[in-house]
Amino acid sequence: MPSEKNMERPLTKNIDPDRGPLDLKGYVAAGGYEGARKALTSHQPGDVTELVKNSGLKGRGGAGFSTGMKWSFVPMGEDAPHPKYLVCNADEMEPGTFKDRLLLEGDPHSLIEGMIVAAYAIQADVAYIFLRWGYTHAAGLLRRAISEAEEAGYLGKNIFSSGYNLEMYLHISAGRYICGEETALLSSLEGKRANPRAKPPFPQVSGLFGKPTIVQNVETLCNVHHILNHGVDWYKNLSLTEEGGTKLYGVSGKVKNPGCWELPMGTPVREILEGHAGGMRDGLQFRGLLPGGASTDFLVEEHLDLAMDYATIGKAGSRMGTGTMIVMDDQTCPVGMALNLQQFFAQESCGWCTPCRDGLPHVVKILSAIENGEGRMEDLDKLSAMCKYMGPGNTFCALAPGAAEPLQSALKYFREDFENHIQGKKCPWRN
Amino acid sequence: MATIEIDGKEYEVEAGKNLLHVALSLGLNLPYFCWHPALGSVGACRQCAVKQYKDKDDQHGRLVMACMTPVSDGMRITVEDPESKTFRATVIESLMTNHPHDCPICDEGGECHLQDMTVMSGHNYRDYRFKKRTFNNQYLGPHINHEMNRCITCYRCVRFYRDYAGGRDLDEYASKNHVYFGRFEDGVLESEFSGNLVEVCPTGVFTDKELKKHYTRKWDLQTAPSICVHCGVGCNIIPGERYGQLRRILNRYNSEVNGYFLCDRGRFGYEFVNSSERIREPKLSSDVASKSDAISQIVGWLKDGKGAIGIGSPRASLESNFALRELVGKDRFFNGLGVKENRLASLALKILREGPARSASLNDAEKADAVLVLGEDVTQTAPMLALKLRQSVRNVPMESLSQANIPQWHDGAVREFAQDSKGPFFIASVKATRLDDIATETYRLAPSDIARLGFAVAHHIDESAPAPSGLDQETEEAAKRIAEVLKNAKKPLVVSGTGSGESAVLEAAANVSRALCSSGVQAGISLNFPECNSLGVSMLEEKGLEEALEYVNANHPATVIVLEIDLYRRGALEEIDRLFEEVSQISCIDHLENRTTANASAILPCGTFAESDGTMVNSEGRVQAFYQVFVPPDPIQESWRWIRDLLLETGNAKAKSWNDLDDVLESLASEIPDLAPALDAVVSADFRIAGQKIPRQPHRYSGRTAMRANIDIHEPKPPQDPDSPLAFSMEGFHGKPPSGLASRFWAPGWNSVQSLNKFQEEVGGPMRGGDPGKRLLEPIPGEASPGQYYSSIPAAFSPEEGHLLIAHVHHIFGSDELSVHSPGIDELRPRPYVAIHPEDAKQCGLDEESEIDVPAGENSVTLKVTFENSLPRGVAGIPMGLPEFPEAVAMSGSFKVQQGVKQ
Amino acid sequence: MLTSEERTEIEAEIAHYEQKQAACIEAMKIVQKHRGWLSDDGIRDVAEIMEMTPAELDSVATFYNLLFRQPVGRHVVMVCDSVSCWIMGYENIRQYLMDKLEIGMGETTQDGRFTLLPICCLGNCDRAPAMMVGEDLHQDLTPEKIDAILEKYA
Ligand SMILES: Cc1cc2nc3c(=O)[nH]c(=O)nc-3n(C[C@H](O)[C@H](O)[C@H](O)COP(=O)(O)O)c2cc1C
Ligand code: SF4
Ligand code: FES
Repeated sequence: MPSEKNMERPLTKNIDPDRGPLDLKGYVAAGGYEGARKALTSHQPGDVTELVKNSGLKGRGGAGFSTGMKWSFVPMGEDAPHPKYLVCNADEMEPGTFKDRLLLEGDPHSLIEGMIVAAYAIQADVAYIFLRWGYTHAAGLLRRAISEAEEAGYLGKNIFSSGYNLEMYLHISAGRYICGEETALLSSLEGKRANPRAKPPFPQVSGLFGKPTIVQNVETLCNVHHILNHGVDWYKNLSLTEEGGTKLYGVSGKVKNPGCWELPMGTPVREILEGHAGGMRDGLQFRGLLPGGASTDFLVEEHLDLAMDYATIGKAGSRMGTGTMIVMDDQTCPVGMALNLQQFFAQESCGWCTPCRDGLPHVVKILSAIENGEGRMEDLDKLSAMCKYMGPGNTFCALAPGAAEPLQSALKYFREDFENHIQGKKCPWRN
Repeated sequence: MATIEIDGKEYEVEAGKNLLHVALSLGLNLPYFCWHPALGSVGACRQCAVKQYKDKDDQHGRLVMACMTPVSDGMRITVEDPESKTFRATVIESLMTNHPHDCPICDEGGECHLQDMTVMSGHNYRDYRFKKRTFNNQYLGPHINHEMNRCITCYRCVRFYRDYAGGRDLDEYASKNHVYFGRFEDGVLESEFSGNLVEVCPTGVFTDKELKKHYTRKWDLQTAPSICVHCGVGCNIIPGERYGQLRRILNRYNSEVNGYFLCDRGRFGYEFVNSSERIREPKLSSDVASKSDAISQIVGWLKDGKGAIGIGSPRASLESNFALRELVGKDRFFNGLGVKENRLASLALKILREGPARSASLNDAEKADAVLVLGEDVTQTAPMLALKLRQSVRNVPMESLSQANIPQWHDGAVREFAQDSKGPFFIASVKATRLDDIATETYRLAPSDIARLGFAVAHHIDESAPAPSGLDQETEEAAKRIAEVLKNAKKPLVVSGTGSGESAVLEAAANVSRALCSSGVQAGISLNFPECNSLGVSMLEEKGLEEALEYVNANHPATVIVLEIDLYRRGALEEIDRLFEEVSQISCIDHLENRTTANASAILPCGTFAESDGTMVNSEGRVQAFYQVFVPPDPIQESWRWIRDLLLETGNAKAKSWNDLDDVLESLASEIPDLAPALDAVVSADFRIAGQKIPRQPHRYSGRTAMRANIDIHEPKPPQDPDSPLAFSMEGFHGKPPSGLASRFWAPGWNSVQSLNKFQEEVGGPMRGGDPGKRLLEPIPGEASPGQYYSSIPAAFSPEEGHLLIAHVHHIFGSDELSVHSPGIDELRPRPYVAIHPEDAKQCGLDEESEIDVPAGENSVTLKVTFENSLPRGVAGIPMGLPEFPEAVAMSGSFKVQQGVKQ
Repeated sequence: MLTSEERTEIEAEIAHYEQKQAACIEAMKIVQKHRGWLSDDGIRDVAEIMEMTPAELDSVATFYNLLFRQPVGRHVVMVCDSVSCWIMGYENIRQYLMDKLEIGMGETTQDGRFTLLPICCLGNCDRAPAMMVGEDLHQDLTPEKIDAILEKYA
């Protein structure tokens, strides 16, 4: 394991919470925009895509799909439809997730640089940053950074004299978790209801305004110029596992030192939880955690020594998701937590497909009944069945399957707590 | 083709279609909600889930939505495995969590797709123990009732209303399990096609408010296949009757004509059948008379030396018209069309006959890839054609779908990919039309200028077509652009009709279609005729009212027999008055009192379309049969029967052989060869299946023994029907009849209109055994086409200060004679007005309170001014056909504006 | 009627997109910024400039959490109700706010000063519980802190 001190932190190296983000001058002085310059002046777009593919970079928005692979589906060449679009997904509304905020507030130019590289690779004409409304501070910083970059000629016409043009705009959402789902995000950018769209066709072929479009998470994009700058091998070496690079990991809940850190990809769960987050607060016991946001399955004690990467966590029956964990202690009611999560998902359902729209409220009502001491034993089977019902492929998008994950695993690992509620006709944590 | 396996059975199917479409077409039962054959797939409801296996060895499979899954060769599917069955049942359970248990008081009950799918999915017992959500309902106008609590959020309503029909005032609001479908605020639904919500909504959210006034369950309605009588399109309908009242009209699918939908005029325009203005007894000089007295009186007049003339009707069947012709003799039979109307209709008929362009069916119109509309406000005069034309603009954008690998049925993806792009669609009209939103370009011109534009387009397509002289630059350029687009299209369509009142417009349309055909393009032409049998009666007889007037002036016949027509809607008041003055006796056969019957010395009460059988020819030239829905109270009978009675009384030999309607049609076919194919459009009265007739009443028809108990406790013998293979009874063959005899759509497990899929060869395709109806006019292609270019091009319209040119304006609600008897339609129709461009009004010192005198024949009418920005300068729009304003028909040419009189 | 200021801001947004309608959400936010909330007339005004019908625009407006179709107070207090904040004591914070302001969630104080709304995860989970008042974020909330925070908003 690389030692803490000398490990490289490309994503956060410029971030100093006490000073505020670097302006353009400072960013350039710190070696900024070199990756973009390199990409635009000495690489063909296809080569950039190839490099990113080889780097093993996987999307940091939660699904972990190969970034370079995604780009390679965009129609290229003379006949390709235009305008093409690049969209940065800065919606970050997954409960328990606060990693993109760090980047947006800490180093906005890094995002812009990453976007220039990505946009160039797919020959996008226009780029949007889709930012959630609540990030008001980031909005101001991004606005300033975009206009600085425009003034410096990093955006606009003929960037780095390469002949490549790119416009960039900030779009501030009007608030809806589903906007983070990439196709719903496109509907929203078109000024429509943020209902997701069927895939296929994928946005790479028919996306924003029916044109080829790539949607990429903030953290993902913040990686790409470093790959260009330092090469694939360097990038792979940052990681402890097969999956390249570093990762922003976060911990929230009743731990001693909640926060967000850039660490090598594949850092073990325990190291993050106990090393960086300082372990549980005094007097509390660890019971479980959601490894990467609200829509991932619980992990428990037995999983703590697993490496936090997509493949390992996947094998353990959960998902690394956003990599920001939510910790549940022994003073927190698992039923209450499940209820809170399901209320969130039910509330944020777009209303398009039946299992999500009408299934989640049903789940919420059952969980409320259990929490309020009105549960029935058969409710537990019903809940399990509902999780299956809302499973992947059964719904129109991944929201409802995401909702099923914490519930199905809570039923698995904390079944006793559910039963206690039902038998005792009350929540043991409430009077 | 692809071979697929469903639950162990192999099927040969068309590759690329979606699995739901394919499964239903194979006759399998698979539940669904959000999918609709005309609206495509969006994958929202998740009801159509089935399990798909990767290959032969895959044991697990995964659930897929059938409607979103293209079939491909080697595909392995199960519908029956427990996992997919449980999933489908759970979807119903979810939908039911908020659905009220109000079936007994719900208008949809008994023909509810949600009921059907619930039973099909096997979710029988409610185990949801929590509260249901509630919504407020909206007032949506006289036709549609709103009950949002029943909504299952399938999104069909908005997908039909907004995406398909172009309505912009019904939408979805809010989100999660609180999505609301309605208007921004209470108010009348603006779309002319709102009534389809009743059939599109799979449950009882949008129901038929007119039906509600005299509600009857589907299973208690007596129904028969019929044809809409409210315009020339000839939509296929299913009217339903109970207790001697017509209670509602539903769509009857015909893939070549109306497909799945109807317009609101057609759906809600039936109240005239139940009207208090119905003529129910024979009358002699306004006094009720016995049947025999009335007949002998009229025959008395007929036998008078000076003889009789007969005036037929574009809203009566071919058979009734033909019978009248037989009664008075060919020379003394006239077709009932007014002077101008008849000229236009015979011109349109000539154009269709001569070709070379093919007369387009509605289905052809939907498939056109470039459209030019000349002078016809289609939404108002042929509404369902407008709905089909609206779809045509999607064809060009669809062509590039395959690049992105998007199947045409994948509605969500198609619309996202195509965004707002539309195929070429050009409209030349006197004022704004309801299709302007899909038009590439619109031109607002006086009728003569519309014609000139058309002539110029023809000339730019084929130089040998005559060109208008002195065309302004702008129009010339437009003509070039249109010509270019039409020439390069694969299936261009020219749309026009009698609506503009200007022959030159029709001639221009003919020239454009001819020019296209001569340059090797397979052009279609769609000419709209105003009434349900205008084309039929024109084919039967050329002479119209003009000739009738001449005849009367010259020969002073003893009587005129007027068949199902109000002559005052056909010509100037004084002309009709004169006609009536010239003949001593007027005999009317009609079902509603009107200005003509008010003048009659004898009236015979005839059945409406719902009480009669017969054939009619629609604007396409398709002859279609309609069947009697119910037996009207004695002595009302079909027009042709009255005429037969008269004939028998006169001792006519032919009439003696007319035992049933088939006999009349056979006589007609042998005398008028052009109409002979009509024989193929009807199923003859002696047709039987397994020796049985086809019942008009469903097998669950209730109350038969009780419904007349207040009159007589003995159940009467059901009326016999000698004229058709249908029976006024529950007894008979309850299987699937030949397509033209489908009295209702029902199949085991399918009580709603969605059962239609069991009657089609393929979902969305023709009816099994072929769509009913028979085309009469096939084009004479190419060289053999006898016609030639029309060359009398009118002069350009030049407005003269202080004068206005009268242009006809049509209204879907208001311009049609019969439908305005429905209170709902009467409520929505305009009152008489004269529309003027505000600048013209200013010039003449008029405002919107002003009234001006507009000449009509020898008289004039005072009309209220309304402003209409879209009119060309110097043109005044006059609404046609309004009941209190029959004079409109006699208004034409220019008039001097009389300084407005302030009220 | 849109004010000329609203109109100018909306037109600038329209320029950012291939299609006009894409700016409609931004346009509604602009009107909301100036008028506090989106009344029926507000919807009609925006619909007109966007070339949409009020029904079409309201369909979009009612989808989003932060477009207010009902009047709100001068300051909107949005308390994060998502899981991390819930674990860290959201329920107490909510109760405290409701007691202090004497309103329920979704309601506005008599004096029109505050409206209390729940909001989903503010991305501030490591400093939970969190809330926003207007555009300002407040974290590590305790009842005492809330007293001080609310005082800043007149
Ligand atoms: C309900 C839902 C919400 C999502 N929210 C976000 C989000 O807020 N931010 C994000 O980057 N990805 C989010 N995603 C994932 C995106 O759909 C998409 O996969 C991602 O933006 C792609 O970027 P990446 O490949 O860089 O991860 C969400 C997915 C779902 C199903
Ligand atoms: S799962 Fe269905 S209803 Fe839920 S957000 Fe996705 S598409 Fe909408
Ligand atoms: S019919 Fe297939 S998902 Fe609705």
